[in-house]
Amino acid sequence: MGANTNFEKYKSDGSVGGNVLEWVDARFPLTSMWKAHLSEYYAPKNFNFWYFFGSLALLVLVIQIVTGIFLVMHYKPDASLNVNGIPVAFASVEYIMRDVPWGWLIRYMHSTGASAFFIVVYMHMFRGLLYGSYRQPRELIWVFGVLIFLCLMAEAFMGYLLPWGQMSFWGAQVIVNLFSAIPLIGEPLSVWIRGDFVVGDATLNRFFSFHVIAVPLVLIGLVAAHILALHEVGSNNPDGVEIKKHKDANGIPLDGIPFHPYYTVKDIVGVVVFLMVFSCVVFFAPEGGGYFLEFNNFIPADPLKTPPHIAPVWYFTPFYSLLRAMVWPFFGLDAKFWGVVAMGLGVVILAFLPWLDRSPVKSIRYRGPIFKALLILFVIAFGILGFLGTQPPSYAFFGVIPGAPVAQILTVYYFLFFITMPWWSKIDKYSPEPDRVTM
Amino acid sequence: MSNEQKVDCGRRRLVVTTAAVGGVGALTALVPFVSSMLPSERAKAAGAPVEVDIGKLEPGQMMTVEWRGKPVWIINRTKDMLDTLPKLDEAVSDPKSDKPQQPTYCQNETRSIKPEFLVAVGICTHLGCSPSSKFKHGGEEGMGADWLGGFLCPCHGSTFDLAGRVFKNKPAPDNLVVPPHMYLSDTRLIIGKDEKGA
Repeated sequence: MGANTNFEKYKSDGSVGGNVLEWVDARFPLTSMWKAHLSEYYAPKNFNFWYFFGSLALLVLVIQIVTGIFLVMHYKPDASLNVNGIPVAFASVEYIMRDVPWGWLIRYMHSTGASAFFIVVYMHMFRGLLYGSYRQPRELIWVFGVLIFLCLMAEAFMGYLLPWGQMSFWGAQVIVNLFSAIPLIGEPLSVWIRGDFVVGDATLNRFFSFHVIAVPLVLIGLVAAHILALHEVGSNNPDGVEIKKHKDANGIPLDGIPFHPYYTVKDIVGVVVFLMVFSCVVFFAPEGGGYFLEFNNFIPADPLKTPPHIAPVWYFTPFYSLLRAMVWPFFGLDAKFWGVVAMGLGVVILAFLPWLDRSPVKSIRYRGPIFKALLILFVIAFGILGFLGTQPPSYAFFGVIPGAPVAQILTVYYFLFFITMPWWSKIDKYSPEPDRVTM
Repeated sequence: MSNEQKVDCGRRRLVVTTAAVGGVGALTALVPFVSSMLPSERAKAAGAPVEVDIGKLEPGQMMTVEWRGKPVWIINRTKDMLDTLPKLDEAVSDPKSDKPQQPTYCQNETRSIKPEFLVAVGICTHLGCSPSSKFKHGGEEGMGADWLGGFLCPCHGSTFDLAGRVFKNKPAPDNLVVPPHMYLSDTRLIIGKDEKGA
């Protein structure tokens, strides 16, 4: 069911409110938008737990934007040293934490929000994998989603530079240098990104600009496109069957219920539970054990000394492991170039999922043992890659099994999962899909 | 206007030309914005040579100075340290310093002007972290029994010997950079400048 925008205009019942609404509706598609996207957007009635994460992602986006607006009022993107010899940017974050009324809360909400964003988005993407939500006709929703994920990574990475701590500085140094691995244009490109020959004040200022203006604008645009595309084709569901195949006399899907009030109310339950967990982290463990805010980042940036162990924040570590796994040169190109390729491809390959998956059914409920086994392995591989990414390269499990070759094997698996998908998704066994959704 | 009317080719050509010229204009407008992100004149001007007094640097010690925003190491290598270098020729990827990672006057076994003093930019050639010094042998540094002293990059595990030569099969592709430098006297060193100029 495409979003219907030809709803009848609102007719006033003679009350003041009714008159105002009629006046607006004659000039702006207010009722029709309300109906198309909420009160008459029919979503499958069998949504489960996994369907909380889309609306939660939207909630976290709002938290990040609102807290961000207030942080910008006090933060200073300035790498020069103040009278105490501390970089101004670093000092301004400490100022927010110590002297700005409630500043600590706003800052912790923003820093915890970044990790929460990735938790929610990873769950949201996993839901897509479970129920085949990327399959035809929802390919574009998925592609927009991958672009949102890329934007989110850029946003998180540039935001992490702003406190100008040791991890901020050296993380940015490593990631910007990734671009220098590209043959020919790499070196000038990385200088152009930094705006200097080293990460410095110019870099800090432009990352601030991108973090607060450019990327959020693109992000909001992509989120709008993601939702518009979703409302054009309608939501998938845990059974992976199309609810539009069975409609009543009015053209309403028999298995559909209006998004509002049914799912708005359901999502509020999700929001309340989420906020309980979120508050616990913000109030009692804002550093997340060193995973949400790394301890080394409480030391001001020092361009002369890399901390003994540097690792990205947890949400980048699986991809960071892909990068580190490449240590051999191929075709006369440096290993570091292939590391960059592996890392980039690791994200981009997700966008091709709709065309790699050849199974006749969408949902894991009706897919066979091959998919289930490979998916479980994929989740384990992703988790271990993520863990290894937080550890130094010399890490060994139980002190005996070296981590580096494990990461290399898992990197191969990560890519094989996708590359061989057209083949194994075809030969897998399937059980018949139901005609209607099941509860 | 009905669809069956013939396309006016002259008008279409004008429309295409106008769009193309407009497109060129829009692309040209990108130039100032993209260029504004390049290093500014001030950033380009920074980078004066740095003078260092190495008189107090004892054998086996290392000091770090800042040059162009980067750490530059000066290491006073002992005879024992220098003796490790020939033993590692097989293990490092560019033993003869063939790649242009150093001025020609440092393209030798010790990668230095004076054998004992190594001057190198302390930035890993992989992704730009600053390696940590691991000068002691093997187990004492937690580096494995055959370690003869050198540097370990904490980011991705690249290792370098005491001449800044990168070991094989590590993420870093090249040896550490030796910056242009020269001795003004026995104990005074200038970094960023040599006989050829800055």
